[in-house]
Amino acid sequence: MILASSVGTLIEWYDFYIFGSLATVIANQFFPKTNPTAALLSTLATFAAGFIVRPFGALVFGRLGDLIGRKYTFLLTLIIMGGSTFAIGLIPSYEKIGVAAPIIILVLRLLQGLALGGEYGGAATYVAEHAPADRRGYFTSWIQTTATLGLFLSLGIILITRHSLDSDRAKSIAEFNDWGWRIPFLISIVLVGVSIYIRLKMKESPLFAKLKTEGKTSVNPLKESFAHKGNLKMVLLALFGATMGQGVVWYTGQFYAQSFIENVCKIDFEQSRTILIWAILFATPFFVVFGKWSDKVGRKWIMLAGMFLAIITYRPLFSKLLSIADTESKREFTMLKEINTKLAPISNTGNSIRTVTSTRHFDEGVKLIEVKTDTLYAQPGKVSVKADIKTSKLLDDENYRWMIIIVFVMVLYVTMVYGPIAAFLVEMFPTKIRYTSMSLPYHIGNGVFGGLTPFIATLLTTIYTDDKLVGLYYPIIIAAVCLVIGALYVSNKFHPSVND
Amino acid sequence: MNTIKKYAGILWILLGPAAIYYLIRTASEEIAKKPVLDTKIQWIVFVVIFIPIAIGIMIFGWYAFKREYEHLPESSAEIED
Repeated sequence: MILASSVGTLIEWYDFYIFGSLATVIANQFFPKTNPTAALLSTLATFAAGFIVRPFGALVFGRLGDLIGRKYTFLLTLIIMGGSTFAIGLIPSYEKIGVAAPIIILVLRLLQGLALGGEYGGAATYVAEHAPADRRGYFTSWIQTTATLGLFLSLGIILITRHSLDSDRAKSIAEFNDWGWRIPFLISIVLVGVSIYIRLKMKESPLFAKLKTEGKTSVNPLKESFAHKGNLKMVLLALFGATMGQGVVWYTGQFYAQSFIENVCKIDFEQSRTILIWAILFATPFFVVFGKWSDKVGRKWIMLAGMFLAIITYRPLFSKLLSIADTESKREFTMLKEINTKLAPISNTGNSIRTVTSTRHFDEGVKLIEVKTDTLYAQPGKVSVKADIKTSKLLDDENYRWMIIIVFVMVLYVTMVYGPIAAFLVEMFPTKIRYTSMSLPYHIGNGVFGGLTPFIATLLTTIYTDDKLVGLYYPIIIAAVCLVIGALYVSNKFHPSVND
Repeated sequence: MNTIKKYAGILWILLGPAAIYYLIRTASEEIAKKPVLDTKIQWIVFVVIFIPIAIGIMIFGWYAFKREYEHLPESSAEIED
């Protein structure tokens, strides 16, 4: 039962993440910067899907789940997510069908966000309602691994596809950027097909089935969840005392860290991704460890301890990442500097594309690679207006391992705050409105507070340019407020009436 | 502890307007600095999303001040008011 529920949820996360992981490639295919409408749609696709639509999905599908049942609702979310993902892989590019392409992509991305908003609450509720009272944390922690494993799967499939399209690595990457990016989207239909088959075989949650038989299901779950003070105060407590802090810790550890390594530390595209892949791989079992432990000692203090550790160690951890990648304070071995120039003729013009790759070697095995591309004109005196310069750094094995350890520590905090949270949320709300009540604080905490972390953190670094770590104030402040509220108001006792 | 919970409620009530003020001020400054469509959409989304959440924390603070969190419900019957 756990496996059957978790596989579907994992696939949904996979579907949601491949769009994010391939955002740059998709932008080139569908959202050309030269067209303002396409650029506008690109911004909407980025912001709307994750932050606006997810909470709406939570309301729409949460209500449905409390009215008609958990099984059929999270079956529906899976079909919507899988169908949208597969369809994204089939959309012709902007060059072929013009502005219709970005519009279709936006609609499909919104559907993905909506489906994700409905999926998690259903899966967590379903598993918890099957679990023995003293093992709810352990059972639901398997659902908690799916978000991280979905990211792992998406990164893995993307990297494998990127290198499998041609024996020449450069050609393979070029083909991936041209058409191969569609493969991870198309693969989804197979994964979703299997998940749908498994979910069709599953039975309705026993607690919901009992309520239905007794005619005690909610008539209006939205009203009962948010218009009744007794439940609204619990929804607010779940958001401000748990999911808000959990969301920022999650997104800082798994997304902002990777973005920071790639964009601020300037670590090579693949190294920055494989660092995250290894860290996730080592840390994922701890979701289950902390989920299980929470059955013994309660959910509250494990989650709050994760937030506390994140608050006090984020700056030193990110500072260490910066110092590992820093080349300004490291000695350069100038004798080892390599410069390679390649010319690729542009047909029928006499001009060529010139690519100059310079590799500089520094102390501690750090390599700084600069690729400068410009046009070499046949006409004498004519020069490129502006060369395109891309810089990346390659780490030696020891520094690479250090970065994995640092990201692992951050993902470990994620497992502390995220491992027990499904059981925590389930135990806060009664069966008849559980799907609706727990989905909204979860998706505001994770979709809004968490999902905005990379954007707000990056934005802060553009406003306050003196401090490269200024972006961390956002997750630190949010987690600190959540920690105080959680410590003061949240109960560590299990809800004894989760089965009512 | 219950007294701390009650009076901390005032802090949460004040946090709402403070967050709204900071958000709107930063949004106006950033849009004025770079008045392109992307910046406008981004900040409008932030303001539209965070204002209801700021109101939410004010309601939370009010409930805390009214001692609603001194006893948390232990059954569905307590929630159905």
